[in-house]
Parts: sequence; C-alpha cells; structure tokens
Amino acid sequence: MTVTSPSPISSNSEQSFWYRLTHLSLPWKVTWVYLSFMLFLPLVAMLLKAATVGPAKFWEIATGEIALATYEVTFVTAFIAAAINGVFGTLIAWVLVRYDFPGKRIVDAAVDLPFALPTAVAGLTLATVYSDNGWIGSLVAPLGIKIAFTRLGVGMAMIFISLPFVVRTLQPVLQDLEKEIEEAAWCLGASSLQTFLLVILPPLIPPILTGVALGFARAVGEYGSVVIIAGNVPFQDLIAPVLVFQRLEQYDYAGATVVGTVLLLISLLLLIVINVLQAWGRRYDYRG
Amino acid sequence: MTTEVKSSFSQFNQSTPRSAPRSQGAWVKWLLISITILYLGLILFIPALNVFVEAFGQGVGPFLNNLTSPTFLSSVKLTVIIAAIAVPMNTVFGLCAAWAIARNHFLGRTLLLSIIDLPFAISPVVAGLMFVLLFGRNGWFGPFLDANGIKIIFALPAMVIVTAFVTMPFVAREVIPVLEEIGSEQEEAAKTLGASDWQTFWRVTLPNIRWGLLYGVILTNARAMGEFGAVSVVSGNIAGKTQTMPLFVEEAYKQYKTPEAYSAAVILALLAVVTLILKEIVERKSRITDVQE
Repeated sequence: MTVTSPSPISSNSEQSFWYRLTHLSLPWKVTWVYLSFMLFLPLVAMLLKAATVGPAKFWEIATGEIALATYEVTFVTAFIAAAINGVFGTLIAWVLVRYDFPGKRIVDAAVDLPFALPTAVAGLTLATVYSDNGWIGSLVAPLGIKIAFTRLGVGMAMIFISLPFVVRTLQPVLQDLEKEIEEAAWCLGASSLQTFLLVILPPLIPPILTGVALGFARAVGEYGSVVIIAGNVPFQDLIAPVLVFQRLEQYDYAGATVVGTVLLLISLLLLIVINVLQAWGRRYDYRG
Repeated sequence: MTTEVKSSFSQFNQSTPRSAPRSQGAWVKWLLISITILYLGLILFIPALNVFVEAFGQGVGPFLNNLTSPTFLSSVKLTVIIAAIAVPMNTVFGLCAAWAIARNHFLGRTLLLSIIDLPFAISPVVAGLMFVLLFGRNGWFGPFLDANGIKIIFALPAMVIVTAFVTMPFVAREVIPVLEEIGSEQEEAAKTLGASDWQTFWRVTLPNIRWGLLYGVILTNARAMGEFGAVSVVSGNIAGKTQTMPLFVEEAYKQYKTPEAYSAAVILALLAVVTLILKEIVERKSRITDVQE
C-alpha cells in the first residue's frame, strides 16, 4: 500500500553505519533508549544472574522435583485450555461472522472482557462461582467434582484469560473469505460438510493455530487469576509463575531466577512459533 | 468515488449470508448460537454477573461503607498515580516506535516488531523478577541505591516501571497499522510546503492517527490499572502504602473479607466495562472516518 518515499531514507542508506547511529532522528532515539532501559537491561540482568548460578546448579534447580511438577501442571493445563478455546473460539467466530441474532453486538463486545477485566477480579469471581457452594460449582459438587482450589480451577482460569485470542485472530479472516468460492464448491456438487472441510477450513487453520499459540503463551504466563482460584499446593495445582513468586518471597533468588529463566526461554520459543504461524497465514492473504 | 463502490460492495457482502439460506436447516444455526451462548455464559457472563451480585447483595449501604475505608481509598489513589505516570510514558514511546517502524524500511524490521511485543509474551511474574534483580537489595544497582537512600523496589518507582513494562506494546501495536494505512504522502506534502517536523506531526500525522492512538491509550490504561502479577512482585503489598486496587482485592479475599474484596472488584469491573464501551465507540468512529475519506 505505502508508496516508498524517495527522500531521506535512501540517501541515508549509502552513508556509514556509524553516521546513521549518531544522526538518528528523535523518535529513533526515544525508541532505542526506552527499549534499552526498560527491556534489554532487565533481560540481561536476569540472564546474567542465571549464568552466575552455574550450569550444573542451574540444571539441578531447573529439574528439581517441585519445579518439574509445576512445569507439568502449567504446560499441560495451559495446552488443554488453549485447545478447548481453539474449538470453541472457532465456533464463536463462525457464529459472530455468519449469523445474525438478538444481542449479537453485546456478545461480540463481551469476548474482549478477559482482556479488559483485571486478572485479580477474574480469579476472585471464578473462585466464587466454581467453589462448592457457588452458582456453578454447587451443580457439579454432588457428582464429586471439585473445581475451585484444584487443577480444574487452574484450567478454568486459563480458559477464561485465553478466550479472546482465537476468536479475534479468526474473525477478520472469516470476514474476508470469499463467498463465491464456497458457492462454486456447492454448485459443483460438494455437500455442506465437504465444502466446510475442504474449502472453508484450510485457510482458517493458520489463524486458528496462531490464536491457540497466543492463548497458550498467555495461559502459561498467567499469574493473577490462577493464584486466587488455585490451592497452590505443589504436585497438585502449583503453577510455575506462582513457584517463582513463592521463591522470591523466601529470598531464594537463585531458585526464582532459574525457574523464571526457563519460563522466559519458553516464552521466546513460543513467540518464534507464533511468528512462523503468522507468516504461514499470510500465504492465504489475498488482500495484500 | 471508489469508497462508494467499496462500501456498497461490503454491504452486499454482509447481507448475502443472511439472505441465502442453504441446504443446512435453520436448526444448525440455532444449535451453534446456543452452544456459543452456553459456553460464554459459563466462562464469561455468569462470573461477570456474579461480581455485581456479590458486591450489591447486602445492599448499597455496606457497599459504600467498604469503599470509604482508608486502605481502600489509598489503593485507589496509588492505582491512579501509577497509571497517570506509566500511560503517558508508553504513549510517547509507542508513538516514536510506531513512527520508526511504519515510516522506515530496514533490515530487522520484523525483529524489532517482535522485540516490542516481547512484554506480552513474558509472564508478569518474570517481568517483576527481572526488575527485582536490577534494583533489589541483592541486585545490580542495589548497593548503589542503598548507599544513596533511594528506594525503588517495594516503592512507587518500581511499581510504575513494571506497569510500564507490561503495557509497553499496546500503543505501538495500534498505531503502526494506521500509519501504514494512511501512507506518507500527506506528511511529505506538508514538508514540501515548508512545515517543520513538529508542525507536520501535530497538524497532519496526529489528526490522522487519533483514533488508533486513543484505542492504544485506552488499552494501556486498562491493563495498567488492572495489573496484578508484576506489581505484586515488586510492591511488597503493604496495606495503605504500596497496595494497588488489584492487590487490595486479593488481600481482602485471602483474609476472608469477601464483601470488601467484591466492593473493590466491582469498581475494577466497571473500569473494564467502560474500557469495552470506549473501545466500541472508537472502533465505530474509525470506521466512519474510513468511509468518509
């Protein structure tokens, strides 16, 4: 869309790197200074602190019994939550784009609630609603199912906070899907199911997976809502971010830093996966 | 001319799916809508409704009484102060970063975009930990800060810094696509006509990106006021001193003062509702300017 501007940029590119570094415009300076102090410096501080622990000790702490249990609780639960939202998020996006029904605008706006509602409030109200005498918890309690203060509660909080991602990544793609292709498939004799599986679904897979990955990344890092709804018992429902917090409270800086670094590296890995998925999705983008 | 065609075309596009019922019966439609409502009900609507029922269940009297307690009022004040510093910081940064990325094509542009997104990928607890390792007693700057009597961790500065950290990407993310969309022709025209950089920014760029910018600021503010994990790590959570509203909610709940927790929670929930409404308005406004241009 943008027309490449001929002026300052192209003339600069011929000058030396050093010249460009010292003659940066004000926005560039602000960007780099802010990023250096707010992002690079703290990142380096943590990685160096982790390095001073030493590789053998690092490995020992990172694969300690409690630490391994928290990874399992965090990643498996977050994955299940993200996958559930992958299915229901697709359904919600479909319903919001394709159908018209009373109250649709409110439903559409409400999908963003997990982004806007502070996580402490989410944790508080989920813990109440899904406790044994809460509105929903009391319905399943007779069946022997406990939700609040168990791993199921952790899952509910993760489902809540990762809900909007799939819906919001899928909606624009669904909106742009050309009706003609579908009609062509239908005219050529494909059934509704065939049309959906073979024509509609393939271009939707990259945005769905992107949404799932974004939701997973968010759920893995979530702290506020989970710490309130969970019992935070090791080997049961203690997640890795809460373990980091607990170790900091006990002034165990090495222990906190190692688990924090593991979480950070996994976040970076997820960021790369998300970028790859988005690049894949762009292959289907006819708009550009 | 082209926009007229485009808008009528999109209208046509939107109305087709509704007016063209296909072989699949209406029951599929209503089944899918029912599942959607049921799912959102269990996850969103019932928990959201519960906040208001719990807060006002005992009547408005006790609710107002809880809101006038000094610890709560000081938490409100602290939350507002933190947002009032962190949001402008990120607005300036977001504008600069968005301009740098949208108006320049350079090697590593995608990488810079990902770097700016990094705070969203990092767990808030890990974010807080990073700043403890910088400014804490055993951190890099700890001895220096101690010697000069400067308190950052367990005090306002660290709470502002981590809040700015976790909300860093919002403004840049919302402004970049708008800047790319409008292109640089108008700015170049202004410069050719003799406008200075500042004049160009205030008179040409800013009016063009105002809705995107406002949207980014609204999101930044909502997250800044509601941030829990990162602030919790660096604040020390001292009631009446370093306790923000979300920390107040958790503390009250842990001490079995559930009514007080819900009184504070309802204020934060209202903040979320206002955010969603503003977002809806801004989205509609930007759509209208789209059509007009």
